[in-house]
Amino acid sequence: MNKLYENADLAIADIIDGSVLMLGGFGLCGIPENCIAALVKKGVKQLTCISNNAGVDDFGIGLMLQQKQVKKMISSYVGENAEFERQLLSGELEVELIPQGTLATRCMAAGYGMPAIYTPAGVGTEVAEGKEVRNFNGKDYLLEMAFDADFAIVKAWKGDTMGNLIFKDTARNFNPLMAMAGKITIAEVEHLVPTGELDPNHIHTPGIYVQRIFEGKHYEKRIEQLTLSK
Amino acid sequence: MALDKFQIAQRIAKELKDGYYVNLGIGIPTLVANYVPEGINVILQSENGLLGMGPFPKEGKQDADLINAGKQTITTIPGSSFFDSAMSFGMIRSGKVDLTVLGAMEVSENGDIANWKIPGKMVKGMGGAMDLVASAKNIVVAMMHTNPKGESKLLKKCHLPITGIRCVKKIVTELAVLEICDKGFKLLERAPGVTVEEIISKTEGNLIVEGDVPEMAI
Repeated sequence: MNKLYENADLAIADIIDGSVLMLGGFGLCGIPENCIAALVKKGVKQLTCISNNAGVDDFGIGLMLQQKQVKKMISSYVGENAEFERQLLSGELEVELIPQGTLATRCMAAGYGMPAIYTPAGVGTEVAEGKEVRNFNGKDYLLEMAFDADFAIVKAWKGDTMGNLIFKDTARNFNPLMAMAGKITIAEVEHLVPTGELDPNHIHTPGIYVQRIFEGKHYEKRIEQLTLSK
Repeated sequence: MALDKFQIAQRIAKELKDGYYVNLGIGIPTLVANYVPEGINVILQSENGLLGMGPFPKEGKQDADLINAGKQTITTIPGSSFFDSAMSFGMIRSGKVDLTVLGAMEVSENGDIANWKIPGKMVKGMGGAMDLVASAKNIVVAMMHTNPKGESKLLKKCHLPITGIRCVKKIVTELAVLEICDKGFKLLERAPGVTVEEIISKTEGNLIVEGDVPEMAI
């Protein structure tokens, strides 16, 4: 069993035009910076990206949007990206906006081997259009399908050579859910350690979900909204 | 005098009870954290994956891995916990969060809320708002009574695409505190010096005024 890759270029080498990708992160927090840079370098196109946000103009998935590599975005909030808005309004980019909890739970369902879930989010709104509504105990719920992604690309704080992952603070967000949900999961970590070094009690994502792992380099970890108290 | 945004936040803070788990939305709702009454402890939930949100960090202590749902740098407090996004919305969906405060563009007299989209103008997305309004048992809206053109935002029916149906419990505007009841907006309190007539004239939806309406204590 060798899950260890040397770098992002090698880990994403078989991602091709038209692939469906999940990308972890919330805003710019906990995004797989190295893999995004490698995807931009590789120049694959017509991608479908499932990610809570679309980065900002010059960072995160925004870099892939600049190169027009994305055919479709599935996100919950895309407010910080002017290029995104331009491509959306001009019709170059297909966008499916879905509630954040629905996004998370559709990832979770995939990772738990469940085809679909029921959620109340979006009942009575345009999100409900075309979806099955079912009433349980007097309340309406929408049927939402588990995601089906070719690759999940996640960022963790620490990982070992077996693919076990530990996330830090709110950089956890969608990462462990997407790690469980990809047909092939690629994890980039800030600190790669030998197997046996991580306490099994502290593992967030068991290595069975991770097919490829590498230690990332030169993390910028950009802050979107620096707010300080005096 | 109509309230300013800080006073709206201050009035909403009076809705907090000791031990509440609270989710505060972006904008005026975030300010509510600054006015938690003496002797009351609340735990703030940030839907990107944190319970026990602390104040903004001091210069040099900011950490890119530690942000709130508005993507602002924050801190933890003793007793904080982190979790993934599915668990975060799990606690929201299962009704564990006691109070949700959020902004709105429009609210209708039956408690529908619109706050995520202006067709042809703004396409930012709903983020966690649809999940929150579909599940929270206690939703307070912080909003201006009218839009910049002076048109009422408290309507018979929402014009904008809605975020959730029949979910708002209470509304605090710069003019009034209102409660959604079976027949419409029930006027509970008015801002100091604001007349009932002014509130009537700026409320398009059905407004219920019973007896003397007290002034807010701010």
